[in-house]
Amino acid sequence: MPLTNSHQNIIDPYIKIGPDDSLPAEGALLVTLAVWQDHWERLMRRQELIGVQLTSDEHPEIISDDIDQLDLIALEFPTFRDGRAYSYARLIRERYGFTGELRAVGDVLLEQLHYMERVGFNSFEVLSNDPATDFEIAANDFTVWYQTSGDQRRTATMLRQGKKNHG
Amino acid sequence: MYRYDEFDQTLINERAEQFRRQSARRLDGDINEDQFKPLRLMNGLYLQLHAYMLRVNVPYGCLSAHQLRRLAHIARRYDKGFGHFTTRQNIQFNWISLTDTPDIMTELAEVDMNTIQSSGNCVRNITADHYAGRARDEIEDPRVWCELLRQYSVLHPEFSYLPRKFKLALTGSPHDRAAVAVHDIGLRLHHDNQGRPGFEVIVGGGQGRTPVIGKTIRQWIEPRHVISYVEAILRVYNLYGRRDNIFKARIKILVNAIGIDKFRKLVDTEWEQIRDTGLQVSNTEFERINAHFLPPDYENLADQGDELAAKRTREPAFDAWMRSNVTGHKVPGYAIVNISLKAPGRIPGDISADKMEHVAALADQFSFGELRVNHRQNLTFVDVRQIDLYLLWEQLVALELATANIGLASDIIACPGLDYCALANARSIPIAQDISLHFANSGKLQQVGNLTINISGCMNACGHHHVGNIGILGVNKRGKEYFQLTLGGSADEHASLGIRLGRGLPRAEVPGAIERIVDTYLTIRQATETFLQTYRRIGIEPFREAVYGPVNVSRRVA
Amino acid sequence: MAKILIANRLTDGLVVFYAVDGNWVESIATGQMTFDDAAADRLLAAGLADEHSNRVIDPRLIDVTKTAGKLIPAVLREAIRAHGPTIAVDRTL
Ligand code: SF4
Repeated sequence: MPLTNSHQNIIDPYIKIGPDDSLPAEGALLVTLAVWQDHWERLMRRQELIGVQLTSDEHPEIISDDIDQLDLIALEFPTFRDGRAYSYARLIRERYGFTGELRAVGDVLLEQLHYMERVGFNSFEVLSNDPATDFEIAANDFTVWYQTSGDQRRTATMLRQGKKNHG
Repeated sequence: MYRYDEFDQTLINERAEQFRRQSARRLDGDINEDQFKPLRLMNGLYLQLHAYMLRVNVPYGCLSAHQLRRLAHIARRYDKGFGHFTTRQNIQFNWISLTDTPDIMTELAEVDMNTIQSSGNCVRNITADHYAGRARDEIEDPRVWCELLRQYSVLHPEFSYLPRKFKLALTGSPHDRAAVAVHDIGLRLHHDNQGRPGFEVIVGGGQGRTPVIGKTIRQWIEPRHVISYVEAILRVYNLYGRRDNIFKARIKILVNAIGIDKFRKLVDTEWEQIRDTGLQVSNTEFERINAHFLPPDYENLADQGDELAAKRTREPAFDAWMRSNVTGHKVPGYAIVNISLKAPGRIPGDISADKMEHVAALADQFSFGELRVNHRQNLTFVDVRQIDLYLLWEQLVALELATANIGLASDIIACPGLDYCALANARSIPIAQDISLHFANSGKLQQVGNLTINISGCMNACGHHHVGNIGILGVNKRGKEYFQLTLGGSADEHASLGIRLGRGLPRAEVPGAIERIVDTYLTIRQATETFLQTYRRIGIEPFREAVYGPVNVSRRVA
Repeated sequence: MAKILIANRLTDGLVVFYAVDGNWVESIATGQMTFDDAAADRLLAAGLADEHSNRVIDPRLIDVTKTAGKLIPAVLREAIRAHGPTIAVDRTL
């Protein structure tokens, strides 16, 4: 599926590995939680890029101890209505301190990209010919937000304060 | 009341422009209905039986005369010339065109109004005591907190795809006029034993298919922590609320499934992590918002004892109106006035554009240019000088807006029902009309006294039938409308859910059944007991017998 | 029973009926009636095509009866859609 890192369209370097796949000797891997848990030691020894993909039933707390070892965490949206991954994303960024690539996969709609970016996602699998352009459109609908949430955007309250301070 | 500053304004304008683009994409065929539906719903645009319906937020029921004029303009220009006030203190327009909707949003934005999150699985318009800031029994004015929570919840990036819709209600009075116990979160301002203001937090209440009275999750929390506490609740709900079954997705189901103690533990654990973050309400922000809710320039007036009494003696109609529609104010010489939108035979909550403008003019003349929408689908002027009461009453009489029935049996809540609503099983409005006309003709209204009758056209319970003293629920049995009666519901500080009286009745039998229930009450009440008090003393059986006949017969048909 | 194809128009949401000429009309009286299954299938297919091309939303066949020269949908919900709210839409209220 086409991928964007919010600035440009990117080619996914990762090979997806499910429970039935054998582990290739080389290459960047994106593995399911089951694979991660079953082959934890082997995977930790690898020097190449490694990521874990979680379903919306899998709370990221399970991998919170390993977070420094991971380059990518992918969170699934089984349908766009399932909003659990928005909370997971905030926990992964703000509580577990993950700084790598946080990817939204599954039923990811254009209209949701700006919410996703705000909670900490920085790459997106979108059904689109040109997801970067879509992102550009969707993520710039708003210049003002009320809530703090992980990203560095200034909230309306901060902007008000700033305005007061600078006259 | 709260006015947008440049930042609020920018956000609301950007939202309107976003919807302009989204609806253009829909009209061009770039997105299909499945993709568009959640987008329009998050902006309050439903597709109902006859057309699109647009629901406009009236934040915690506060409305200015200026805004009401704009609503009148919208009703006239874009709809059939009227609007409908709902039990969520909102207004709905019934025949809105998708092509007009972006323009309507822009027109609303110009007067600090919006339709954001008036539908969808997100935090909905926050409701509150319609006497907030004015009630004599009030401990603290909740409106600052309503506004803080409104801003907190608007376009929340994390909580816009919750398992199901989420409703908050606030009150600052011991007497609950906001039905906080039947909301996903109810917040009640009170004082702890050291006299410090704080919120009691009630969680997991709700109506709908599975009505539940909420449970207290926290007896007292410092107001500056209320947002972080709400966030902790929302996060736990977002993560653990059921998503496999739409009928089991509300927070009340989660709270009941794991129990309030376990739920509290989850919330408190979460809260510990976030309570001292930027979610704390700073004094600066509190003061900034509080400045919008300072009392108006009241005059130094005394309560009007004798003069009013004389007028009331002279004019029984004025007296009746004073008794039911007017209530005390915390400032001497002032009063709170309710304007009934429930004249007998009328559609509860409906008001024409012309009348909206008249009411706006009266609000300017008599109540500092502001009014409230209350959850019983009436309007309220909260700052009327007592010396003006008679004059105001005369003007309301001329407008046919002086029906003296607030809290009485003909002050009926009715959802739009099958006359408008795509989800309905049966009609609500004609039932309300039948009953209110019946009471008007029987002349028993004053004698019966306080009695709430609430009607919903389906299990969703928008007409709050579970908490009506008499609740009426429309059902569809083999293609025919029937109406199930419940008794003993109440939405106040002693909230209770109604109990089903018996088998559903066809429409024609409903007013007669109500009459027999009311007559039973009149026969067996003691002294000054209200209907609810009598019901609570003696239970449902006498009423059941009055409607369905002696027990042995009713058992067989029930 | 006779059937007619009902939907809401995308642009303004109004209730519309499929007419003989392939247009959607606001009055049920000018909607196309069908009396057999094959014709009903063709009608529905036309409606679904129009849904696909974003002219209407949720086209569906409904049963109708003719009473005193007036077409009345058999189910109350659809009758209310076709003929408007059963209560007077009171604009002076
Ligand atoms: S209770 Fe049912 S019929 Fe009434 S407005 Fe709500 S969804 Fe519609």
